[in-house]
Amino acid sequence: MLRQLKILEYTLSSLLRRKYKNLSLIAVYAFTIATLGSVLFLTHALKIEATGSLTSAPELIIQRVAAGRHDLIPTEYAKVIRELPGIKSVTPRVWGYYYDSLIKANLTLIGVSNYQEKLELLEGRLPENPQECAIGMGVAAAFGPTIGDDLVLEDSDKSRTVFEISGIFRAESNLLTNDLVVLQETALRDFFSMDQGLATDLIVQVYNQRETQTLAKKIKYLLPDTRPITRDEILHTYETLFNWRSGMMLAVGIAALIAFCILAWDKATGISAMEKQEIGILKAIGWETAEVLSVKFWEGLVISLTSFMVGILAAWIHVFIFDAPALIPLLKGWSVLFPEFQLTPAVDFYQLFVLAFLTIIPYLVCTIIPAWKSAVTDPEHVMRG
Amino acid sequence: MRRCALYFSFIGTTIFLLVALLVYGQVAVSSEGISALAGKRQLTHLLGLTDLALFSEARYTRHPSQADLFSPFQDFPAAFEHFPTGSIIPPNPLGFSSRIRIHHKSEQQN
Repeated sequence: MLRQLKILEYTLSSLLRRKYKNLSLIAVYAFTIATLGSVLFLTHALKIEATGSLTSAPELIIQRVAAGRHDLIPTEYAKVIRELPGIKSVTPRVWGYYYDSLIKANLTLIGVSNYQEKLELLEGRLPENPQECAIGMGVAAAFGPTIGDDLVLEDSDKSRTVFEISGIFRAESNLLTNDLVVLQETALRDFFSMDQGLATDLIVQVYNQRETQTLAKKIKYLLPDTRPITRDEILHTYETLFNWRSGMMLAVGIAALIAFCILAWDKATGISAMEKQEIGILKAIGWETAEVLSVKFWEGLVISLTSFMVGILAAWIHVFIFDAPALIPLLKGWSVLFPEFQLTPAVDFYQLFVLAFLTIIPYLVCTIIPAWKSAVTDPEHVMRG
Repeated sequence: MRRCALYFSFIGTTIFLLVALLVYGQVAVSSEGISALAGKRQLTHLLGLTDLALFSEARYTRHPSQADLFSPFQDFPAAFEHFPTGSIIPPNPLGFSSRIRIHHKSEQQN
């Protein structure tokens, strides 16, 4: 134990002799780990956010598909579905999009029926008549209105429709409501000039959750032009959206991983003349090959562990304290209304261990192998280069 | 052994910091579970929300779970994917079950 501590003491003084080179190596290594860590933390936190909130999403949504595209569904379909055993309720839903050409933002317009329930994350209230609306924080921030102000939208006939803002969703719900404009269903139908016999889709509630998949198949069989989407599938979408193989991971993670591979490859393909000379001297003064390898092991561990700890701490601070400013532009794309959100600091320990394993072990191996090659060579030959 | 002690205290401090942050995260997640999360679930249930309002640039990125497979190619089959978010969101064909079948001439004759 004491022997290993003395070897570590020697390793640290050896590293300090080349402090600028090693510090820059740690900086690059830590930056690579911070990038990978940031992507992992951000995607996992978003996944937790999505799966946490969307567990209350509709159990089954029925869309109509015409010519390969989502089409309006006849409300007659609701009657057919309602007759199936196991169906609790079928509710036609009206929703759609609205593009504002001034700030080039897309809004999502949702129609609700008369709800008396008080929403915790809504400042004010949901629309109680067709002349009222509730808006998301992103819409409020983009156009600057407050509760009581009027929101003027151009309907499908290009005539202006005025809605009084009765509520604004709180910032905590930004990830769900940022671009929403909630209107009464009748008002939205008029706004979109949507026929009473049509709806955007149907929400189906079932008595037994385990029957959802079977009921989806039955609906598809009875109404072949429909497309049933279950809640489990929605949740699965968000799990695949933010997992290891997600586009986010591919876009940033792979680039960082390649940078790390170049770093490790550079280390593996050879050690500097100075390092070779050091190994030669150690061998010449009587150090065993195993002791030289111990020095190199400690050297690799000190650099990789320091970089990993610094990188992971930097990633945590970047994502959960500063809200990932380096990665947000990637998520934002061309979205004008992008939600400002504070992520819950959820970390997947499995991902953290995998990251540690994938970055520390290869670096250690890459440090030891070239050193071993030099250590087994004749010291005189090594020192002469 | 001065350098060893310094190094161990540095690594010890970073490990302590990391563990403290991870524990804080776990506590925050569980406290979120009983406060804001309940509000978000109420909202999702009442409004029938299906997706996060993260990528509002196109309809298939705003509602990835509701989009059909052809939305990214908007108007004609060979159109290029237009929006940056399309490179982040993998296609997820939910609710489609149609399949192409080939009946070979030799099988038809039999």
